[in-house]
Amino acid sequence: MGIRPIALIIAGLAAAGTAWAQDSDEMNIEGLEIVTETEAPEHLENLRTIYSGWRFRTDETQSLQLDDFENPAFVFIDQALDAFDEAGANGNACSTCHENGPEEFAGFTAAMPKVMDGKLTTTEDFLNGHRAETQGEEPWKWSSQDMQQMVALIGLQSRGMPVDVAIDGEAAPYWELGKEMYYTRYGQLELSCANCHEDNYGMMIRADHLSQGQTNGFPTYRLKQAKLISRHNRFRGCIRDTRAETFAEGSDEFRALELYVASRANGLSVETPAVRQ
Amino acid sequence: MELTRRKMLAIGSGTLAIAALPGLPAFASATDDAIAAFTGGADLVEGGVTINAPEIAENGNTVPIDVSAPGAVSIALFAAGNPVPNVATFTFGPLAASQSAATRIRLAGTQDVIAVAQMADGSFAKASANVKVTIGGCGG
Amino acid sequence: MASGVKPRVKVPKTAAAGEAITIKTLISHTMESGQRKDSDGNPIPRSIINRFVAAFDGETVIDVALEPAISTNPYFEFQATVPASGEFTFTWYDDDGDVYEAAQSISVT
Repeated sequence: MGIRPIALIIAGLAAAGTAWAQDSDEMNIEGLEIVTETEAPEHLENLRTIYSGWRFRTDETQSLQLDDFENPAFVFIDQALDAFDEAGANGNACSTCHENGPEEFAGFTAAMPKVMDGKLTTTEDFLNGHRAETQGEEPWKWSSQDMQQMVALIGLQSRGMPVDVAIDGEAAPYWELGKEMYYTRYGQLELSCANCHEDNYGMMIRADHLSQGQTNGFPTYRLKQAKLISRHNRFRGCIRDTRAETFAEGSDEFRALELYVASRANGLSVETPAVRQ
Repeated sequence: MELTRRKMLAIGSGTLAIAALPGLPAFASATDDAIAAFTGGADLVEGGVTINAPEIAENGNTVPIDVSAPGAVSIALFAAGNPVPNVATFTFGPLAASQSAATRIRLAGTQDVIAVAQMADGSFAKASANVKVTIGGCGG
Repeated sequence: MASGVKPRVKVPKTAAAGEAITIKTLISHTMESGQRKDSDGNPIPRSIINRFVAAFDGETVIDVALEPAISTNPYFEFQATVPASGEFTFTWYDDDGDVYEAAQSISVT
């Protein structure tokens, strides 16, 4: 008698765990198969299976991502397409060099961030680099709509492709730093990324259904802000919610964290631009 | 009497309950007034109009809603718990294939969303749906 | 907000005469409700799209009066009957007097 209730509680928890973790909907965007569940990459010691954040959302939020017209992010993709052809200060547009359009960037985002010229480089860094060097333009602010809609347009070209960021070689030291950050408890609440997104995904935090915190759908159209949200903006929000002083968007720390978090999604499809709550 | 924390809470919540009461009819009447402005005070019948809304909205900023009232001239949408109850009025022209429409609306909290349809014969029909708006854990 | 407003519309390219077709529209607009305050506590004035009209060759399909409770980037979905080949026009009216337009032709087979 003394043992049974405990066994029941454990059985109950296990059942609740599987029922709550995520639903089993398959994702197909206008004929394009999206992998939302797959075996965790080998470097992940504590997870067997990785899931897209889409799997943790309500049917109504999920459906917004299944049709490129229903998805409000596409009005910003359209604006980025216009910007792709706009000449910068010295007369060069993106399309001046990239004559075949954004399609030239197929596969690019699936491997980002990566080390370029000896430095860990995000898509934002890549875009601002080109704006300065070939367009003679001022850099875009990290989370500005101009920036994030272009990051989303570039990301869209990899939609459906598996995330495949390099974690070895030149990337290794950045990846190690990112991993250390992921498991570091920040703030007055002393929470690490892992406390929510590895130990408790599928559970509720107040009324939010915790996902694994995957970034394969970023920049993502967030219903709360009704605009495209950058990876670093989401990192900042999470760390701020632990009641910590956060790192800045575009800081070396967030670049490293971006690489590590991206590597946790190796094998899931790029979903950019996703729709989340 | 010794004022303990528990007693203070009891006093506090009692006052709150009394203070909250006058607030309820005020909300209801703002919506009733808005509906009356649309109907001209005509009686509302149930049936003839349908409203689809999520039972639980993950974010109150973007809640998908659709309304349908076959044969209606127009459909007005109200949110009873918003600071301003009016949401939108759809007026159907001769080339509307159905008297239905879908949109996305803002809800300030858990509340009833009400659709009132003006039918071709001048009568008015009403339907409502309760939407629970969740408060997220990670407001960022 | 006259800058950065961009409409999107989705209309099938072809239809049968008298067929009911589904039309979807979205426009980028902040739909500032007038209920918010800025960081200094001053109210941010209302600035919304207050009317949307869809018509086919001048005849109305739907005419919508929008209030501030319509979400940012207003979205509408509705059905139209197409009597013959022609052009759909979509018009959004901004509080600030600006008018945004889009058009899409359809051929009846």
